[in-house]
Amino acid sequence: MFKKDFPYFNNSEIVYLDNAATTQKPEAVINSQTEYYEKYCANTHRSNFGDANKATQKFEDARKTLKNFINANINEEIIFTKGVTESINFIASSYAKNFKTVIISSLEHHSNIVPWHMQGRSLGNGLEVVKVNDNLDFNFAHFKELLKENPNAFVSVTHISNAFGKIHDIKIITELAHKYGAVVMIDGAQSLAHMKVDMQELDVDFFAISSHKTFGPTGVGAIYIKEKYLKNVEAYQTGGATIHEVDFNSSTLLDSPYKFEAGTQNIAGIIGFAEALNFISHVGYENIEAIEKNVYNYLDEELRKIPNIIFYNNIEDSVGSRSFNFENIVHDDIGILVDKMGIALRVGHHCAQPIMKQLDIRGTIRVSISFYNDYKDVDKLIVALKRALSMLED
Amino acid sequence: MSIEQRVNDIKEDLDFFEDELQKYEYIIDLGKKLDSLDDEYKVPAHIVHGCTSQVWLVCEQKDGKLYFKGTSDAVIVKGLVYIILKIFSDSTIEELKDTDMDIVYELNLSEVITPNRQSGIIGMIKKIKEYAIKA
Repeated sequence: MFKKDFPYFNNSEIVYLDNAATTQKPEAVINSQTEYYEKYCANTHRSNFGDANKATQKFEDARKTLKNFINANINEEIIFTKGVTESINFIASSYAKNFKTVIISSLEHHSNIVPWHMQGRSLGNGLEVVKVNDNLDFNFAHFKELLKENPNAFVSVTHISNAFGKIHDIKIITELAHKYGAVVMIDGAQSLAHMKVDMQELDVDFFAISSHKTFGPTGVGAIYIKEKYLKNVEAYQTGGATIHEVDFNSSTLLDSPYKFEAGTQNIAGIIGFAEALNFISHVGYENIEAIEKNVYNYLDEELRKIPNIIFYNNIEDSVGSRSFNFENIVHDDIGILVDKMGIALRVGHHCAQPIMKQLDIRGTIRVSISFYNDYKDVDKLIVALKRALSMLED
Repeated sequence: MSIEQRVNDIKEDLDFFEDELQKYEYIIDLGKKLDSLDDEYKVPAHIVHGCTSQVWLVCEQKDGKLYFKGTSDAVIVKGLVYIILKIFSDSTIEELKDTDMDIVYELNLSEVITPNRQSGIIGMIKKIKEYAIKA
């Protein structure tokens, strides 16, 4: 029903089921970027001529759009970045490096694991990992234990698992963490495409956001920093556009958000991202959630009819992605064959090797849906999977 | 038979299929013909890097020639291993050293294999060349 708003679907016959990797872009998002380049391409926050002022205005409007979208308190809490990976690296190196312990979850993807290793943290040495229960549930008892043992820790967990679509109850995690003096960062890479997130309700301290997984352009993201932390976060990188006063002896920096946004930003991308958020508001999360729930349930039902399928989590508390394997079949073979049948899905470890190792698998087949997917997409997927399986049987 | 002739033979076989899925069925069948590799050979030293699937490649030298054995955990990749072994195994060390390994691009496997997986094929060929240089 919504495919008509996405030019990709007018130009491609592909059944696109790799939305956790990146989403397709609505026409309005694509047009807004073209419009910037064609009609008022100028740098922001520097020059004072008409087009530069317009570009700056649109850029700051985008900040306000995102601020309102996630219900942040003030514009200064929104810092644009290249994406979730940069957002996490930024906070890891500019703020969280001073913490004795960082607590992550078992379901993190590499963006929320590798930066901590780069700080020299390893399991039990400055890095703790919350165990998962069967069904990949967040183990709250273990979390509590870790918080008790490591007071005033930095907690950095994903909102929705990249690999399995499992949702963490961020509100409860944050409440508990705050009780033990911990500061909380959430990797929200998969969140905004599927559900409303509200900074006041969740009460998180940092929240990393991706544009390209949220129907916006690639190379854009943001980090929400709760106002009370803005003064404690150091600039991650400095240079043009971050300064108040410079001479050859010293530099003084502007306040947030400018001191955190060095160099020329992805102006077109940020304007496009705001358009993506407007598009979501136009569709409405009630519609998105209702459509996705139907397609997700149908996907699960149809997959379950295929013999020898192995799931790692139930669909309760999960959204978007369904990750599975077939007995005695390597996921890679399925990926190659269904690709040739016009199905785009992802096979592999989905940038989450540690949880794959814990499950003693090398990867999975991951089908990830968005609200523009429909039953027909699922039907075509099932036909392709069955054919691939019949080809691979001995 | 020279390496070049073997490449041409396989190319002829693959070109016979117009439908890509049929081509894959053929590659899968080739994989099934591959001799099994004993577990003792499935050690880190024999792993081919760059493959999204696990691939092992073993080299044996006899009378100035190199013989290769290998396998993969993935069925399609097994077929590709079969093709690579068919091309390069039972060749003289000199011939392997002299062969431009880009020769396999003539198979047009790039059309059927994604860039991720091509790096696995390239990894296999690199390892073969290394074996020849070290021999």
